[in-house]
This record gives sequence, structure tokens and C-alpha cells, in this order.
Amino acid sequence: MLARIENYLPKIVLAPTTVVMVVCMYGFIAWTAVLSFTKSRMLPQWDFVGWDQYERLFNNPRWLVAIDNLGIFTLLFIAISLVLGLVLAIFLDRNIRAEGAIRTIYLYPMAVSFIVTGTAWKWILNPGLGIEKLVHDFGFTDFEFRWLVESDMAIYTIVIAAVWQSSGFVMAMFLAGLRGVDDNIVKAAEIDGASPARIYWHIILPIMRPVFFSSIIVLTHIAIKSFDLVQALTGGGPGYSSDLPANFMYTFAFNRAQMGLGAASAMIMLFSVLAIIVPFLYSELREKK
Amino acid sequence: MKMNLATLTVASTLAFNVPLAQSSDVEVLHWWTSGGEAASVKYLKTKLNNSGVSWTDFAVAGGGGENAMTVLKSRAISGNPPTAAQIKGPSIQEWGDLGFLANIDSVAKANNWDSMLPAVVSDVMKHKGSYVAAPVNVHRVNWLWANPEVFRKSGATIPTTWSDFIVQAKKIQDAGYIALAHGGQPWQDATVFEAVVLGVGGADYYKKAFVDLDMSTLKSDTTKAVFKTFGELRQFVDANSPGRDWNVATSMVINGKAGMQIMGDWAKGEFKVANKNVGTDFVCVSAPGTSGSFTFNIDSFAFFKQKNTEDTKAQNVMAKEILSTDFQKVFNLNKGSIPAKLGMARTEFDSCAHDSMDAFVASSQTGGLVPSFAHGMAVSEAVSGAINDTVTNYFNSSLSPSEGMNQLVSAIAAAK
Repeated sequence: MLARIENYLPKIVLAPTTVVMVVCMYGFIAWTAVLSFTKSRMLPQWDFVGWDQYERLFNNPRWLVAIDNLGIFTLLFIAISLVLGLVLAIFLDRNIRAEGAIRTIYLYPMAVSFIVTGTAWKWILNPGLGIEKLVHDFGFTDFEFRWLVESDMAIYTIVIAAVWQSSGFVMAMFLAGLRGVDDNIVKAAEIDGASPARIYWHIILPIMRPVFFSSIIVLTHIAIKSFDLVQALTGGGPGYSSDLPANFMYTFAFNRAQMGLGAASAMIMLFSVLAIIVPFLYSELREKK
Repeated sequence: MKMNLATLTVASTLAFNVPLAQSSDVEVLHWWTSGGEAASVKYLKTKLNNSGVSWTDFAVAGGGGENAMTVLKSRAISGNPPTAAQIKGPSIQEWGDLGFLANIDSVAKANNWDSMLPAVVSDVMKHKGSYVAAPVNVHRVNWLWANPEVFRKSGATIPTTWSDFIVQAKKIQDAGYIALAHGGQPWQDATVFEAVVLGVGGADYYKKAFVDLDMSTLKSDTTKAVFKTFGELRQFVDANSPGRDWNVATSMVINGKAGMQIMGDWAKGEFKVANKNVGTDFVCVSAPGTSGSFTFNIDSFAFFKQKNTEDTKAQNVMAKEILSTDFQKVFNLNKGSIPAKLGMARTEFDSCAHDSMDAFVASSQTGGLVPSFAHGMAVSEAVSGAINDTVTNYFNSSLSPSEGMNQLVSAIAAAK
């Protein structure tokens, strides 16, 4: 009797979570998918219109801007965060003084929400308040740094703020990885006369592969679901030049009573995540076996 | 993102599925939570209490009301809508089409609403010929706010046409001031654009193009001229403008950093709070070229169908109270707008409000009374969103007038 209960216990305990997962994640994904084929406006309606919403979506210049921005943002954000995180981790790993304090300082931005990050950077980057004014006050009145208010540069300010927020986290992951490297391997290489650069490039970085893998997965999903940072930093502006797909989706589904169009954009977001993550997961996980 | 929002909707549906209101009780959804607005709502509450109707406040904060609308949708779907909700413009029609709104014709007939309200206003309050909503105020959007001190120092005069505006703004700029205080947010860009449309194109063009969405009117030389003038305004706005809130822009006029702002009459509240007097410290005139016209933005309460007769009675009391002389006066003195009801005593209002009232009556006869598309009074949310997108994109780029026009035409066609 007891044995049978013990046998079922894990299943019973896990059942509510599973139900919530199935309904609230996969159920609503399916629901959104269905909605995206209807002409729903303010409330869900069940008049099916085929691929109409998708057609309208890709004829909408604001959506195309949002997609472009997502590409720029994701690539730069992941690349810079990885490089910066890795470099910081390598420096910290050289047994420097006050490592604990420095590590905390670099990791600290992670503890701040994107809303706070966005608001702070909005002030720092504002030409009339922040860096530009500071340099002007120093006497260099020709200095110009006004990406925040330039339509074609605003997206890069979002990259700056996001990198500031996340590179400390990447650093922590790499640092943990570096600490896990077997000292004997490094010593053996040193005895063979390999330079530190060579040791890092040919030995340590290949060992770090799983860390790269987890970092990229985490950063990608941060990039794709970015919403609050844009909202706080640029509000999508100037104009709609720094919109990301999540902001587009929210605006159209909830503020503009175009639920069908919003659902279609949500589906495109989902599938672009899947298109990147699934092959990556597959190749990485298969190799490990 | 999508999953989170879906979960949220369900959660809020459950959370707000509270028992129905008790007898003689109104539950009112609104987002007037700040200063003068909250005081105005409180006055309505007291008035209703005196008539034996208790008030359940259902305030959902968030300026433009997006949060409130999300909550309202989930309440309505779960079959438990509030008695009344702050809904305006064409959204009233959307809710009416979905069959949620209550017919309050009996109150309207008994109190002669048809003769009290201009036809343009009562049309907005009706769905298929029956009253379903009651207006609380009328905002005029096409105002120009100016700092006379700045004008004197730069030797400029208050512009009365858009071509004059450009001449005067140059003078102000040359004197070292910011000519046009502006916040670079899409709705503010659209507010200025709307004033240009009305000033350059006139009321007939405005109605044909931006209310009826007539494609051949939209694709015309007038539209090109509108975009040309609108584009010329780019030079008068300072570089820090993107993302600035409207009241920050107003304070630039108050402090004498900037000469002018194009903004609705709610800007008056900012001058009042700063203890500035109309005429000496600031000037309110209609936006260039729009003196005979009036772009209106009306706040209103729409009434939802109730399940029992007690609630319906309470609802009728509320509807009657909203259009009482007393409430219309107090509410609008607090909010800076003018009463929706015609023919009220006006001694307590200031001279800006008097101008507004005169223009309201006069323009309703000449056809110059037009709904504001920048504030969701003229067209559906989908179309006004598309207009906002194009306008803000144009203002923040160096597109040519004809490119602007073509983008506008295709955006409206796609959203219709």
C-alpha cells in the first residue's frame, strides 16, 4: 500500500504544475494561433480570414521596423555581452586583489529591473541632461552624442543599456566556468611552453563551450522578450524607430483593438524564437551524448 | 510575452469576478485618479449619495486608460460589467455593436438631451439612434499657448495662419528661444498635425479626409501642402524633444524658455498651478488658421446593461446627474474643459473657457466643429493608430511631403 502511494506520489505532486503548464502555456499558444487566423478586433471573434492578418502584418511599415530592430538588437546585444562578459571573467580570474568587491560591482546591474535601467540611461543619454551636457560643461562645446533622439541611432541606445545590465551576469557564468577548469591541464600546457593567449584560445575556450551555450540561450530569450527596456528608455521613439516586436504586439492587441493582428505578430515572434533555438539546442545537446 | 499576457487576462477575469453590486448602487470604471480629475469624480459621487445612490469606485490608474480597458474587457466577457465606464468616441460604437450597452433613452427624453446637446455631440453618445452614453465635458484641442514676454523680446506677433507661424517662429528662434515647445510622443505629434490639417486644409477637407477617410481627398495636393507645413515645423523643435511629456513642454512656455505650444485646453491647468494669469502671463488663442473651427475631444460615460431593475434605476439616476447644470459646472471648472451642455451660466469660467464656449456654439452652426482624430474621437482605434504611426514617423524623419502623403494613404487603407 505504502509502496504504491510512494510510487504515485511524485506524479500526484507534479500533476497541478503539469496542468497549469499545459493550459497556460501550450493551451494559450494554441489559442493565440487560432486568434491569428480570425478577424478579431477588440474582443475575440471567430470569423476566420485565413492568412489575412499575416499579410497585413507584413505590409505594416512599423512591423518591418520592429523586426529589423530585433535583428540589430539581438545580434549586437548577444555578441557584445558575450565578449565583454568573457573578458571581464578572464581578468577577474587572474587572481587580482579585491576580486569579491569588483565581482559584486559588475554583477550589480543584474539586480536592477529593466525599467530602472531604462530610466537611468534615458537621463544619461539625454543630450540636455546627460553625457553631452556634461562634456559641454567641461568646455568641449563641439561634442555631440545624441543617439537617443536620432531615429536611426535610437536602437543602439537600447543595446547599450541592455549590455550594461546583462554583461555582469555573463561574466559570472564564465567565471564559474573558468573556476571549473582543471588546473592540471593549464599547468601541463604551461610546461609545454604555450603562451597565456594560446592557452585561453585553444584550451580554455573550447572547455567553456557549455557556458557559451547557456549564455546564448539566456541572452536570446532576454532579447526577444525585451519590452520594458524599450518602454522606459525610448518609448519606442523617436517616432516608432526603436520599437521591438513585443511592443508592437502589445500596442496592436491591447491599445488599438487589433487583436488578430497582435496575435499574428505574437506567432511570428514565437516561430522566430523556435527557428533559432531549436536547431541550436538540437546540435548542442546531440553532441554531448 | 504572449503567454504571460494570456495568463494575466485569465487571472484578472477571476480576480474581478466579484458579487454583483447591491441595490441602488453604481459601480463606475474610470481612470481619473490625478488631482483635479479625482476631485471632479468625487463631486459626482457626493451628488449621487444625496440622491440615495451609493457609489462604488472602480478606478484603474494609467493615463490613457489602456489598463482600464483591459480590465473592462475581461469584466464584460465574464458577464459582470460595471454600471458605467469611461469610454469615448467611436469606441462607444464598438461596444454598442457587441451588444453590451444599455439604452438610456428614457432619461434622455425626460431631460431633453436632444435640445441640450449639439447634434455632433449627441451623435457620438448614440448607438443606432438611442442614447447609450452621457458626455461630461468638451475639450478643445486646437489651442495655441504662448508666452507674451518671449514674443515681446523677440519682436514677434501671435501668428494667425500657418505661413505667418513660420515667419514668427523664425523671429523667436533668432532671438535665442525655442520657438515651439513640443514633446516628441506620437500622440503629441498627431495633436500638432491635426492643427495643421485644420489650419491648412479647412474644416471641410478635415472632415472628408480624416473623418470620412475619403481616399481621393487624402491623396490630394492639399494633403501634400499639409505635410509640407508640418515638415517645416521640425526646425522649430529643440533636439531634446523626443519622449518629453506634454506638461514638461508646457512648463517650457511657462518659464519663458519657449514661445509657443500647440496643445488641448488641459494645458491651462499647468499655467494655473504655476499661478500664471491668462492675458498677462500667458495667452490662449486658437491654433493658426483655425479660429472659426473647434476640434473636440469629449469624455463620456457609457452605460452597461444591468441584470436587475434596481441597478438600472441607479444607472438612470447617474445618467441624469451627469448632465445636470451643477455637475457640468464643477467638473469642468476642475478639469479645464467646458460643459457639454449648451446655454449654461458662464461667469465662473475664465476667458479661455469663454472663447472655447463661443467657438463651440458658433462652429456647431457653421460646420467647423470637428472630432479630434489625434484623441480617438473621429475614427476607430485601428485607423487613428495608423495615422499616429505615419505622422510620428514623418515628423521624426526627413521624408518629403509626397512620401508622407503616400505612407498615410496606404496606412489608412490597410487599417480601414
